[in-house]
Amino acid sequence: MDLYQELILEHSKRPQHAGLREPFEAEVHHVNPTCGDEVTLRLHIVGEGPTAVVEDVSYDALGCSISMASVSILAEETIGHPLSEALTTFEAMKAMLTSKGEDPGDEEVIGDGVALAGVARYPARVKCALLGWMAFTDALHQSGHRVAVTGTDPEEGTP
Amino acid sequence: MTASPFSPEEVARIRADFPILARTVRDGAPLVYLDSGATSHKPVQVLDAERDFYERLNSAPHRGAHALSEEATAAYEGARERIAGFIGAAAQDVVFTKNATEALNLVAYAFSGSPHPGIPGSERFALGAGDEVLVTEMEHHANLVPWQELCRRTGATLRWIPVTDEGRLDLSDLDSLLTERTKVVAVVHASNVLGTLNPVDELVERAHAVDALVVLDACQSVPHLGVDVEALGVDFLAFSGHKMFGPSGIGVLWGRRELLEAMPPFLTGGSMIETVRMEASTYAPPPQRFEAGVPMTAQAIGLAAAVDYIDALGIERIHAHELALTERLLAGLAARPWVTVVGPTDLESRGGTVAFVVDDVHAHDVGQVLDGSGVAVRVGHHCAWPLHRRFKVAATTRASFAAYNTVGEVDALLDALDTVPEIFGDPRLRGAS
Repeated sequence: MDLYQELILEHSKRPQHAGLREPFEAEVHHVNPTCGDEVTLRLHIVGEGPTAVVEDVSYDALGCSISMASVSILAEETIGHPLSEALTTFEAMKAMLTSKGEDPGDEEVIGDGVALAGVARYPARVKCALLGWMAFTDALHQSGHRVAVTGTDPEEGTP
Repeated sequence: MTASPFSPEEVARIRADFPILARTVRDGAPLVYLDSGATSHKPVQVLDAERDFYERLNSAPHRGAHALSEEATAAYEGARERIAGFIGAAAQDVVFTKNATEALNLVAYAFSGSPHPGIPGSERFALGAGDEVLVTEMEHHANLVPWQELCRRTGATLRWIPVTDEGRLDLSDLDSLLTERTKVVAVVHASNVLGTLNPVDELVERAHAVDALVVLDACQSVPHLGVDVEALGVDFLAFSGHKMFGPSGIGVLWGRRELLEAMPPFLTGGSMIETVRMEASTYAPPPQRFEAGVPMTAQAIGLAAAVDYIDALGIERIHAHELALTERLLAGLAARPWVTVVGPTDLESRGGTVAFVVDDVHAHDVGQVLDGSGVAVRVGHHCAWPLHRRFKVAATTRASFAAYNTVGEVDALLDALDTVPEIFGDPRLRGAS
């Protein structure tokens, strides 16, 4: 079925940058209470303000192919990127996933994330795809980096 | 077993009573609804009963002296009598609640650290340090979390009966788990995940020998097996209407009269009082003591119609039908080595609920693929997270049956299931991981 693009299956079977690593400034644990999916995510940021760079995103995740692929794509699309760019990627992912299928996603911005576009048509699965990303923004918040994350609902993804 | 499953013609007639079964989902796939354990569909007889109440009788029961209120009261209390009769109970021992969760919370709430000064006999419900509440590892959260909270409030200790690899209660250590310290044994009759039917007789005998009360979660047994509260010998029994062809928004708590009479109210307000003064109030006898506010009248009437519907089909035949479907599904799953059933794999002491996992594929993904073929199952932990932890699985896929399900629907599930390894089992990917 069209939801399961080859890219999703590859990421879920071979999650990129998986495992928990040091150093990190923040570690968060998020769960999806409806299905029991869990992710522990660590964030390592180097630099401050506009020069901040996502040095590492490491994680230990247990979940469905959608949540596994999404956190794998998150790591791939943010590690080594300026923090501001990572947040733009997050906003674009979130916009696509919550668009009910209207927003196909921009490959220039979200890379392999476009493979998750089909998820937007299945409301029950949107939380799966957002799990890692909500953990990422939560970790960012906890790390103390003051970066405006616009349009983020703090309730979402945190049971 | 003497009762026989429904013939294809009979199932066709049953299905005609459930309009929703005629609809399609996901680009035209016929709906294959195998999620009645979550909630069942409603036959037109139930919908008509609710509509008839609103069209002819609508008013608040037990209030006012006008004609409609009198008729609504009679219909509401008639529904109570009908539903009580279905479980072998007296009407006055049946309390209507919002759902089974509320019914179980009502019982748990009755226990507290000290007796209620205005309610004679309530010392029976006083708990403290040294007392124990015994549950099982297979409980639905609704029959676990209220007891956890009770123990937190009172200082009592929560203990639990473990589950075997086969998905049965492990009673080998019951002597040390169920002792003079045990005040409550809260147990599920039919597991909402495993399908296991628990040995209520034995548990009741052992619990009563130490004067502990037995609270039975009968959500998955009342709709499918036929339950008689006296024969079971339990002290409290809870079930919900929406899982047995009835409306949502109504559940039932049955309790032994002397116990209900000794219990403080759960929700308070209108209808449940005897006298009210500014300083304090006294409470109505059960069941009114536990039914604060204008009750769910149409829902009670709808549930009585559901009970009529079940009786017309015959609960023994419903059980036989569901077991025949379960047998076919278990055989089909056994023939697929990449599927593991979580729960009993034979029909011994079993209901029509089958949970399973597919090798290397998360239940959410299994459910999504099945849904693509119109097959509705439940995926996740089914509000029994500790049970899933015990089996070291994050989630399972669960099929659950009702009288309207067909042999063809079991086959549709199995056919759709075969596409799961086709999608997720790419050997190139699997070999690399």
